[in-house]
Amino acid sequence: MSELTHTVEALLFVASEPLSVGELAAVTDAPPERVERALDALTDRYAEDRSGVVLERVAGGYGFRASKATAEACARLLDRPLARGLSQAALETLAIIAYLQPVSRPEIARIRGVAADSAVAGLLERSLIEEAGRAETPGTPVVYRTTTVFERMFGLDGMEGLPSPSQFELTDADHQALRARLHLVADQRAGEA
Amino acid sequence: MILADLALDLDVFQGPFDLLLALVLREEVELADVPIAEIVVAYVAAAYERDELDLESASEFLVLIAALLEIKVRQLFGDEFADDEDMTPEQAHAELMARLIEYRRFQGAAGWLGERGSEFPRVFRAGPAPLVPRPEPVVVEFSEDPWSLATCIDRLLIPPPVIDVSSVRRPLVPVETFVAHFREILRSRRSFQFEDAVAGLDRLAQAAAFLALLEMTKRGEVDPQQEDVFEPIHVAAAGAAVRESRAIA
Repeated sequence: MSELTHTVEALLFVASEPLSVGELAAVTDAPPERVERALDALTDRYAEDRSGVVLERVAGGYGFRASKATAEACARLLDRPLARGLSQAALETLAIIAYLQPVSRPEIARIRGVAADSAVAGLLERSLIEEAGRAETPGTPVVYRTTTVFERMFGLDGMEGLPSPSQFELTDADHQALRARLHLVADQRAGEA
Repeated sequence: MILADLALDLDVFQGPFDLLLALVLREEVELADVPIAEIVVAYVAAAYERDELDLESASEFLVLIAALLEIKVRQLFGDEFADDEDMTPEQAHAELMARLIEYRRFQGAAGWLGERGSEFPRVFRAGPAPLVPRPEPVVVEFSEDPWSLATCIDRLLIPPPVIDVSSVRRPLVPVETFVAHFREILRSRRSFQFEDAVAGLDRLAQAAAFLALLEMTKRGEVDPQQEDVFEPIHVAAAGAAVRESRAIA
């Protein structure tokens, strides 16, 4: 392995955030093409089933994470690193922020139909989202966006990694079912009144 | 500060605050043209100049300003406020449907995130990671109140009263008494056993008797024999054989 590969390896090891090719090139004072070759060599060396740590292309850069085989043990050591611990409310709030960012709490509450305060607070505490200034709308509410921790936790290389929203469009059958339920509720209300 | 004293100098109005209120209520001044922020600034400036804050007038001012603001907002955005009330059941239905559809889409996205997140934990360095709290050492539960411990220490820290021993007489046991006593015994018998001779005496007297024995040994009057440590001590007059004395005894 070249000296540059060793340097890149060390940089990725000590960094707590994924590093982009540009950042690595600037620190090592090497041309981006050589850095990319070094990254290829390292990605090969730190692949799943080959090593306890895996070099992953994530969040617009490269970062080490625990391999699938070692992740459970690592998760036991760390305090709540799991995306699995997220409640349904937290996941829905996270999905809204991921697709609509930057987005304010009132906007999330409007979509979900219930207040999002505790879900937002939980996501902030886990560093999955962060504040991103204030909206121009009345009351100038704080708006939120997702973080690189979010991208890493869900293994996304940038927001392009999210599936297209059209994937979650309702089918005609879903529409019919929804409409039928709505009518049912309306009729029940009318009956009660 | 009395609100009536608050003089205003606005584009649309010049005069005391309460007159402006009256004119607004009689709709002789268009509220939309009254810059409320300027009234607030004038009030704060006046209060600052007088260097006093009368809470009663301040709250009255706040209530009036809030009411003015609400009236003004209703005048400016009246139509938008009326929106919800004017909606027909069909419109409300369509609106609700649209919201539910939007919500369902995000539920779908949340489901995708949930599945993705639970494939396997993606663990990575995220700065100094907070570690799981280490198990606490086992603590034995005491039913005692810690204050009782403090009370005990408190009691122990008080020095006990000094006991007056001036009236206690020190028993004096002169060694010479025992020397005389042992001589007396040896006058009638050739030997005796030390333990028997001192039986019934207190420790101090026994010690004095032993010193007397040592003294007599030193003077060459007696010849004590002991077979082993803590064994009985046989005392015979000097020159007399112990075995002989034993046989006699």
